Amino acid sequence: MQSQATYNYQVVRQFAIMTVVWGIVGMLVGVIIAAQLVWPALNLSDLGEWFHFGRLRPLHTNAVIFAFGGCALFATSYFVVQRTCHTTLFAPRLAAFTFWGWQLTIVLAAITLPMGYTSGKEYAELEWPVDILITLVWVSYAIVFFGTIAKRKVSHIYVANWFFGGFILTVALLHLVNSAAVPVSVWKSYSAYAGAQDAMVQWWYGHNAVGFFLTAGFLGMMYYFVPKQAGRPVYSYRLSVVHFWALIFTYMWAGPHHLHYTALPDWTQSVGMVFSLILLAPSWGGMINGIMTLSGAWHKLRTDPILKFLIVSLSFYGMSTFEGPMMSIKTVNALSHYTDWTVGHVHSGALGWVAMISIGSIYYLLPRMYGKTEMYSVKLITTHFWVATVGIVLYIASMWIAGVMQGLMWRATNPDGTLAYSFIESVKASYPFWTIRFAGGVLFLSGMLIMFYNMVKTIAGEKAYNAPVIAPAAAHA
Amino acid sequence: MDINDARTIVTVLGLLCFIGICTWAYSRHAKSGFDEAAQLPFTDDDVPDAREARRHSKEG
Repeated sequence: MQSQATYNYQVVRQFAIMTVVWGIVGMLVGVIIAAQLVWPALNLSDLGEWFHFGRLRPLHTNAVIFAFGGCALFATSYFVVQRTCHTTLFAPRLAAFTFWGWQLTIVLAAITLPMGYTSGKEYAELEWPVDILITLVWVSYAIVFFGTIAKRKVSHIYVANWFFGGFILTVALLHLVNSAAVPVSVWKSYSAYAGAQDAMVQWWYGHNAVGFFLTAGFLGMMYYFVPKQAGRPVYSYRLSVVHFWALIFTYMWAGPHHLHYTALPDWTQSVGMVFSLILLAPSWGGMINGIMTLSGAWHKLRTDPILKFLIVSLSFYGMSTFEGPMMSIKTVNALSHYTDWTVGHVHSGALGWVAMISIGSIYYLLPRMYGKTEMYSVKLITTHFWVATVGIVLYIASMWIAGVMQGLMWRATNPDGTLAYSFIESVKASYPFWTIRFAGGVLFLSGMLIMFYNMVKTIAGEKAYNAPVIAPAAAHA
Repeated sequence: MDINDARTIVTVLGLLCFIGICTWAYSRHAKSGFDEAAQLPFTDDDVPDAREARRHSKEG
């Protein structure tokens, strides 16, 4: 037993810890820009332009999506693929490169974005040298992941790995196509596309970043950690197969709903709307599959805060994937577009679904990386859960109200056809809700700080642990 | 052939392919494989076996 091969937990451990660290950084920047909307003096204009809302906002989105979410995806996918394939990671040095390369990408983003180096594409702001680094890391990630699947010791590829694999391949494709640009200097480039086509490519990328980076990968987490924590197999495996392929077939077409009532051809907008509506079916199929996995074990929800995180994240997934298709309907979009309703919708997905399933999964992973089965304090996980949940509810409820109010004020006309309100009146009316949003963000960030404390206490004085690889035959018996 | 014909054909083939996947997934033939695959997260207990030993050594 002593000389037995062990799983490569090193890279999982590194990514899991950095998930919490980058989560705090990214959400802190989010709280800062939320505060700037309420107290504009926090732009710190006296010091220079580096802390302006326009500079920090892309830093916030990049940090929470790619640093926090990205690290969580790397950590969980490396963990799940090894354990469900009963083999160690393929090309461990390349796996180590993905960790250091990804951290370097994040650091470069944190430097270049406040300095104002941006390609101006939402969620793809990083300039071309960083884009090349991302490509190198991502290709390495694909080699490690699919190499591990290729040398698996079991015949099946578990459904979670299908979702992780779909996410890795699609993000590679999206990144390469949308980042195509003509460099004119080290930190300046121009998009390879022009006009409405550039906008369409950008939102084909943008919505699939939501669909594959922020959904498919996290569904991979769901299909492993929910069954694992509930102690029972997924509710319906065949539904999970249909769920996977339905998402793959439909998500790619939904992007145009970001460009309703723009220069994009009308028929393209309608196609985007129809596919967005169709998406409701696979999204809810997946959500029901995840939640029903708990059937017969509902009592565990009462005592297990990790399950609380996982199951509530699925509820938010269901909520935001209902809200999304509704908002993609052109007449609804006429009210919601460019308002804080969109911001609320995004955060019900990002905080409620993505962050909560990641947090639950990391709480499962972390102690196991140090040879334990539980975090230092389970009570603190419960505290984190409630603080985070109240934070999200404050955030999205205030944004819904603010968003609908803004939309109604902007479209209101006097009998003679002139606008009833000036834009600044809608800004003034939004202040109370922006303050509530700030409070919600502070709560969510506090939850992450509790998690950090719990993590440090769990790790302190413990030696890193690498679990032995168990032969599948022995495990099956 | 007009490029739009090609687009139509690809779309229809995509739909047929998806219907095929659904039929296969819900066929009796696929069931046993799925049941096996669904057990994969449980085929190795990831509770560290060194845990008990370590705990004893700490207390001792």
